[in-house]
Amino acid sequence: MLKRLFMMLALALMAMMFFDIAGNYSERTELTGISKHYATEGASELGAANLVASVVITYRGLDTLGEVTVLFISAAGASLLLRRRRERGEGSEERPSRQYAESSEIVQTTLSILFPIILLFGVYIFINGHLTPGGGFQGGAVIASAILFFMLARPNESLSHMMLMRIESLSGFTYVMLGLLGVILSGGFLDNRVIPLGDFGSLFSAGLIPLINILIGLKVGSELGSLLQKFKE
Amino acid sequence: MPISSIVLVTGFLLILIGLWAMFVNKNIIRMIIGFSIIDTGIHMVMVALGYITGGTAPIFDDVVNVADASVIIVDPVPSALVLTAIVIGLGVTAIMLSYAVMIYNTKKSLSIDDCAEQKW
Repeated sequence: MLKRLFMMLALALMAMMFFDIAGNYSERTELTGISKHYATEGASELGAANLVASVVITYRGLDTLGEVTVLFISAAGASLLLRRRRERGEGSEERPSRQYAESSEIVQTTLSILFPIILLFGVYIFINGHLTPGGGFQGGAVIASAILFFMLARPNESLSHMMLMRIESLSGFTYVMLGLLGVILSGGFLDNRVIPLGDFGSLFSAGLIPLINILIGLKVGSELGSLLQKFKE
Repeated sequence: MPISSIVLVTGFLLILIGLWAMFVNKNIIRMIIGFSIIDTGIHMVMVALGYITGGTAPIFDDVVNVADASVIIVDPVPSALVLTAIVIGLGVTAIMLSYAVMIYNTKKSLSIDDCAEQKW
């Protein structure tokens, strides 16, 4: 009873705090501070049409590297936690992999039609990340959804773990190397002006941003894919 | 009521609902769902705070030119932050779910009451 009372009290205090914030909130009419700089100088400095992409990939590139690292660590941690269970599981050696019921023919046919299209869509999203809404993370999530679909439709087949791991570590390594290239050839770590900026708004523009988007997309896609696979096992 | 206030209030409501879900439920999976709801609420609040009256997406094209960008686009920084936060939230949720799987395997139950040794 007392516990419930404290709970209600905490929620009520929280609600009062939020009420105050929401009551005093007024919409801004103009960008201020660093955002203003990004808005007015971002296009000419980095040459990317999508301002969010240039903030994520270059201005705050170190954060994104950290974020990718967090995702990697969480995937590694999840696989560690889920693996230990399997080893301790039955105590017997070489438990045969679980058999799942086959999915219906409709799902299987849909898979063979949609799987390449979903993959292609994910690739499209991260290749055009610097021009349209999208980017590496979103494209990677779409690719992971294709992998999830594959796992749902063909539950008894598994994707090669080795392949996913190779793609992931290779793209992570190349990401850091491209960042270091910026230190040597240009203004600093993860600077995108290593290669020419190209025509503003065209596919081959914005220096390293599309390349890094592709790498992040591959990395996130394979990471989420292996995470899903771990949860399935 | 301006659009960003609606999003802001909805975000705050979602945070409260998620907190309530985490407080009331005994089931670990439901607590994780509560956490995800809080996460979504925070993202909505952040996006709402970055809104500029009448602003559009911060992507330059024929309509959005660089000259008057600072008054017609929304703040790109919260959008980038939310992008980061979504991915981190996903990683945290994955870790929590794998802990839930582990707890279920050792205790054969998902109730938080069965984890009495965690109590302080």
